[in-house]
Amino acid sequence: MKDLPILSVRGLHKSFPMGRGWAGRSGRLEAVAGVDLDLQPGEVVGIVGESGSGKTTLGRCVLRLVEPSAGAVTLDGSDFLALRGRRLRRRRRRLGIVFQDPYSSLNPRMQIGQIVAEPLRAAGGMPTGAVSEKVVQLLERVGIEPRFLNRYPHEMSGGQRQRVAIARALATDPDVLVADEPVSALDVSVQAQILNLLLDLKREGRVAMLFISHDLAVVERVADRIAVMYAGRIVETARTDKLISHPLHPYTQALLSAVPSVDPAFRRERVRLRAELGRPGHRVDGCALAGRCPVVQDVCRNEAPPLDEVRSGHRVACHLAEDQAD
Amino acid sequence: MLLSVSDLRTRFELEDGELWPVNGVSFGVASGETLGLVGESGSGKSMVALSILDLVPSPGRVESGEVAFEGLDLLSLTGAAKRRVRGGGIGMVFQDPTVSLNPVYRIGDQIADVARLHRGLGKAAAWRDAVRLLGDLGIQQPEKRARAYPFELSGGMRQRAQIAVAVAGRPKLLIADEPTTALDATVQAEICDLLKHIQGEFGMSILLISHDLAMVTDVADRIMVMYAGRIVEIGHWTAISREPRHPYTKGLIGAIPHLGAGAGRLLDSIRGTAPDLADLPTGCAFHPRCPEADEDCRSAVPPLEDVGDRLCACYRVGPGR
Repeated sequence: MKDLPILSVRGLHKSFPMGRGWAGRSGRLEAVAGVDLDLQPGEVVGIVGESGSGKTTLGRCVLRLVEPSAGAVTLDGSDFLALRGRRLRRRRRRLGIVFQDPYSSLNPRMQIGQIVAEPLRAAGGMPTGAVSEKVVQLLERVGIEPRFLNRYPHEMSGGQRQRVAIARALATDPDVLVADEPVSALDVSVQAQILNLLLDLKREGRVAMLFISHDLAVVERVADRIAVMYAGRIVETARTDKLISHPLHPYTQALLSAVPSVDPAFRRERVRLRAELGRPGHRVDGCALAGRCPVVQDVCRNEAPPLDEVRSGHRVACHLAEDQAD
Repeated sequence: MLLSVSDLRTRFELEDGELWPVNGVSFGVASGETLGLVGESGSGKSMVALSILDLVPSPGRVESGEVAFEGLDLLSLTGAAKRRVRGGGIGMVFQDPTVSLNPVYRIGDQIADVARLHRGLGKAAAWRDAVRLLGDLGIQQPEKRARAYPFELSGGMRQRAQIAVAVAGRPKLLIADEPTTALDATVQAEICDLLKHIQGEFGMSILLISHDLAMVTDVADRIMVMYAGRIVEIGHWTAISREPRHPYTKGLIGAIPHLGAGAGRLLDSIRGTAPDLADLPTGCAFHPRCPEADEDCRSAVPPLEDVGDRLCACYRVGPGR
């Protein structure tokens, strides 16, 4: 019997108005176009996609940093989108976020200790002594020694700053952490340190994660399950090992085959997409990948494929996936 | 050797001291070869490229060393002779095509200008050459795209256009600095294929600079690893990727997640962070992060030595060890 999901997203849409563009187009860009997603307690789900796929907007909608246009977000069994004002702020403490760039996400005028204490102070109800104690614990959990408490962000390296950002996100003991490209701005040697930290957090099992990244090799390390996004939709989702070893959607196949490897043994035969002529996010009948897909059929241009379960726990939005799964 | 760099040193003089992003760098690029130059941010890899072309921004300058290209001493060239090499003998591709392409000129004109200047083609011939080149670089409807402005193209197409500008003068050497870093994975893979293709087609040499060792391994014949302004290891790509010997190269490869290696496994990270170039440790700049360092490493900089199948700058690695 499965646990109740800690976070559940249903039919999520987010569109942004597009001004009259250079070609005289106007209308709305559908950044997220109907996403369903469940996150179990302590589970790490990787959201993978290229630029413009809607992965960042999805993460922000979950946190209500941008308001979804339609759909439902349920946090620990209760409707998260219905909340306003104080009740929203209180509920939001159950969520944490880590951004890509640790240089712009930390206030340069605040000391490290203050930065990590701020969510606790905002939450209130905690005596000052307890806050200080908790801050030291949090920093310890992310591998920052207490001697850094009075430092400013500019005195720390990129990796250390990202640790501080993670400590801040964990301050209110959230149930769900949204990590949006948390290692993309870091050098490889430092990226590995932060990935290992996130793996440690995962092993503690106290927080579920939405791990958003363009880098499949990075996501594979941390995620229990991966959802691949293209043009605002999830096109394939499965357990991490299944998705990496048996991708069924042509887009996932292309994405996987494009990842270079230091070790030639890990290289895959390249699945090529055709050059993009239209822009993703524009409403098209049929599959959004149809114009680029190497195996496109007539049906793909006319009818949008639903995200169907083709094997246990493996969902694919492709008219041809059934054939491939056999 | 088509390009031969010896003991190149580039210094930046700052208010409170100086730093050497290129600190005694020697290497060669053979005709038709792709040499990959890998390093993390601040390693000095981009400054090597800028030093070769004498484009080091102020307050930096090339202090000493030699850069020989087809028998010319590039560092002593001036005026017209220097301009002939830049864009003519050596083409350059940068990370961000939105910066290096001129936003108010058509793509085709920017390519044709280079062909007119460096190959003496007439206006019409240069335009035809530009269209052919765009088609050759995988741009569909090249006649139409040649008439487009940079903002009308996708990121991948812009990078192809930038490569077209760089190779329009038919250079013997292409220097590409992080040419795929700003691109999506599928487009990155296409640009890597393109670099291999144009090398074969034009018989060019390529100096490919990137932080991404996996991408470089895919394209380069030989790989050179830089750390804190110095080369720490150079060798054939298989030697570097399969049997790295310098502790930094080993650490770097251990830190890269391989797709398909399995979930949940910890990576072998390198402890600490790259040093500040203005405040380098004594001896080997890597020693504070190195698991194998001892007293020797703290006292003197290890020279880049031939250790059999490669060059390596480490006291722990030697022909006798």
